[in-house]
Amino acid sequence: MNNLALKYRQDFPLLKQEVYGKPLVYLDNAATSQKPTSVLKAVDYYYCNDNANIHRGLYALSERATQAYESVRDKVSKFIGATSSQEIIFTSGTTESINLVAHSWGRKNLSSNDAILLTEMEHHSNLVPWHLLREQIGFQIKFIPVTAEGSLDLSQLEELLKNVKLVSLNHMSNVLGTINDVKKVAELAHQAGALVLVDGAQSVAHMPVDMKVLDCDFYAFSGHKMCAPTGCGVLWAKKNILEEMGPFLGGGEMIHQVFLDHSTYAEVPNRFEAGTMNIAQVVGLGAAIDYLSEIGMDKIFAYEQYLLELATEKLQKIEGLSIFGQAPHKGAVISFLLDQVHPHDLATILDQEGIAIRAGHHCAQPLMRKFDLISTARASFYFYNMPEEIDVLVQGLEKAKEMFAYVR
Amino acid sequence: MLDSLYQEIILDHYRNPRNFGSIENPQVIARFDNPSCGDEIEVQVVLNDAQCVCEIKFQGRGCAISQASASMMTEAIQGKHVDEVKTLIEGFQGFMMGQDCLEDDFDDLEALEGVRKFPVRIKCATLAWTALSHILKEVKAKE
Repeated sequence: MNNLALKYRQDFPLLKQEVYGKPLVYLDNAATSQKPTSVLKAVDYYYCNDNANIHRGLYALSERATQAYESVRDKVSKFIGATSSQEIIFTSGTTESINLVAHSWGRKNLSSNDAILLTEMEHHSNLVPWHLLREQIGFQIKFIPVTAEGSLDLSQLEELLKNVKLVSLNHMSNVLGTINDVKKVAELAHQAGALVLVDGAQSVAHMPVDMKVLDCDFYAFSGHKMCAPTGCGVLWAKKNILEEMGPFLGGGEMIHQVFLDHSTYAEVPNRFEAGTMNIAQVVGLGAAIDYLSEIGMDKIFAYEQYLLELATEKLQKIEGLSIFGQAPHKGAVISFLLDQVHPHDLATILDQEGIAIRAGHHCAQPLMRKFDLISTARASFYFYNMPEEIDVLVQGLEKAKEMFAYVR
Repeated sequence: MLDSLYQEIILDHYRNPRNFGSIENPQVIARFDNPSCGDEIEVQVVLNDAQCVCEIKFQGRGCAISQASASMMTEAIQGKHVDEVKTLIEGFQGFMMGQDCLEDDFDDLEALEGVRKFPVRIKCATLAWTALSHILKEVKAKE
């Protein structure tokens, strides 16, 4: 296996530190990723050389800033296989992207007689925006069930799709690691006349994605999980759909003309980018895409599959440990439980060993409730994680077990 | 540092929680959960005519710290008058915030001192106590 960490880990200054005197083992990548020097430098360079407000200044600096910002639209477009960079809307992250669809598409296209279809394994960010919208419109929300192993049960999908105008689901679960067959869901949804929104927060950073292949209608993701700064994200949507959608936030830059009593709106994509955007963060996203593209998303996916297999094998050998989420097609996210040790206690004990994992409901309370859980521990990997770090995790888990073991 | 957090007495309360379960005819019930971690707790109390705690039980799911703290709490307030309970709650909350004055009634609770070095875990230790303070509010409201 081509150990990507050997080559690329050194690009991440944060990973060189010690925590409580132990080398940091960062295994909370599903929450956020660390940033390579090239991204940090790009943001720094932007502020040192090009910083100005975009689109409006008639001077060199503003032109450079605009160029830097708009060039990332092209990069994102190529990175995800969009048809045109006009289909790329910058947002603050996945959450805002989904809220944008709920607000701008949902309000216009959903009525109280309609239904939307979500899944039982959604992050709160793909549940709450729909709850909020339903309070105003009153449509029905249905759910694709999750099987015991943690896959979507698509057996009743055609039946579930009746009366559904929109299907919204994640590409990869942040809890179970399951990679969902969104292409198949999109096919069936389209046959039933529904549009499809994919929450790609966990997928874009870890695998190649191509909008032409997936053939969904909306795709949302965050920059910060893919080596870019926080505060930048993307909503991709098919251009004909975007053109029919009204604005999301109102303000500067998203207008065509403003009168005292009304406004007309800009063309796509500016219509959806109100106010001063997170320009430096978007520039950082461009550098992150360059960085990831140079490594190759297919190589990143393959290496993380190797880490996933290795970690799964080693964790399963620990007596009393059970893995939550055993779907056949998974990304490198492992949720688990250790007998007698609550996930929060586990996280505290591992932290003392320098290991950062997540413990809690992972913003997926309905999924946890379905399996009668209130929390799990979760280790999630990225290409800069080393196989040796899995051994450190295993040792930490053994230590926790020992600590909580009954003394007879 | 970990040893101060997970002292044997805390692990003992976690494994064998005292007064765990529910009361057949509880007088006052309070539920509280920590939205950031999902831990939940329910405390049930029966007071006698003199407004003293004659029965207290708790149930719920949570980490060693929240469960041990709840278990110790039920022992500490058994038989206490509601006014004394109020003082104890305030004393414990102050203790968690770093005050060192401890009353004799604290018993095993002193073992939770180690939690103070782990600021993110203080909420775990105070979970049951917050539920108990809701109970007191309800008792006062009924008066």
